[in-house]
Amino acid sequence: MPFARDQWYVAAYGSEVGRELLARTVLGEPLVLYRTEAGEAVALADRCVHRRYPLSESRLEGDTIVCGYHGFTYDQTGTCVFVPGQQRIPRTARVASYPVVEQDSFVWVWIGDRERADPTSIPRAPWLDDPAYTVVRGMAPLNARYQLLVDNLMDLSHETYLHGGYIGTPEVANTPITTEVDEEKGIVYVSRHMDDAECPPFYARSTGIQGRITRWQDIEFHPPCLYLLHSRIAPQGVYPPAEGPDSDAFHAEIVYAITPSTENTTYDFWAVARDFAIDDESVSEYLYQSNHTVVMQDVTALNLLEQVIAAEPDKYQELSINIDTGGLAARRLLARMIGSGAVGAPQ
Amino acid sequence: MNRPMLTGDRVYRIHWMPGTDILRGVCHCGAERTAEEPVELWEWLLAHPQGHQAPTASTPAPQRLAVPA
Repeated sequence: MPFARDQWYVAAYGSEVGRELLARTVLGEPLVLYRTEAGEAVALADRCVHRRYPLSESRLEGDTIVCGYHGFTYDQTGTCVFVPGQQRIPRTARVASYPVVEQDSFVWVWIGDRERADPTSIPRAPWLDDPAYTVVRGMAPLNARYQLLVDNLMDLSHETYLHGGYIGTPEVANTPITTEVDEEKGIVYVSRHMDDAECPPFYARSTGIQGRITRWQDIEFHPPCLYLLHSRIAPQGVYPPAEGPDSDAFHAEIVYAITPSTENTTYDFWAVARDFAIDDESVSEYLYQSNHTVVMQDVTALNLLEQVIAAEPDKYQELSINIDTGGLAARRLLARMIGSGAVGAPQ
Repeated sequence: MNRPMLTGDRVYRIHWMPGTDILRGVCHCGAERTAEEPVELWEWLLAHPQGHQAPTASTPAPQRLAVPA
């Protein structure tokens, strides 16, 4: 299965990258990540050029990695600065280094031609690093191809059936959506505005709202990696004012980074940033546990789906209906990035 | 029906018409078409300008609805 190369992907949270060597595989490329003594995040190919030993199973010495097998030593640019037993360092003794940008609590790496890496093209999720918001977050490894997670997140009607009792209520599946695609910017936007909806426990317990709500879900997908769900929750009938802050509503910015690891595995980075009860630890704990449960419900379902797809004949004919309008748009943009571009391209 | 949110010059939209099973596709050129399933409608939209009649009247630019930030 092809990947969209020459793109930025989230490899880790900044908090995961420190003075311990961290192994991540992104688009099939094994990486080792660490932080220099000056605090700069570094990503290098995770294979010693000598006998391919994983550098992530080695050790840091200052800002260099000393291979745990024979001692080949690499600096933060991937240049080999020491080989054992001889003075001459072979000209080809280096490992690839990857462009890295830390932004909005994520460590983004560029996979592809480094000459084409433009940090200004990385989409933003500013709520994750904003003192006006409190964030709970996690990462779930998925034993499924990344397209299944894209499909899952682009069609939230599944909340009603897979996540009932947490975030799903009947209105999610029953409310029509509007789907928009900006061809030039490569963005898919899906709006589902529920005027009069049951309040799911996820929001009832965290906001304290009793009774029915006006619930807006606005998805903004920046393929290939960043997914934003702007969630607005308010007592039923309360809408944003024509001007000024929307202070009678509760806002949750739900962020996913969908990073393909291998053809059949994916990193599912998830975060929930909220602008309410920001100092209430019990709300943080509740939202963390609830969203973790929801993510793991998805993980279980998508892992199962991966097994089904892996075992079926090629060219299985899917059926797409109205709820899939956004997912189809996301698939097409991803296919365009990869190089084909067919509508409704199969997995 | 949800209000348009994206404001670019080349935005394709598909509205699911409330109370129906009908989808309405709106091209950035102003051409519109309805369909009962999304694959066919995306194919028509993305074929722009093929099969898209020029709009008979200019349509006002959509108002961007503020997204809580």
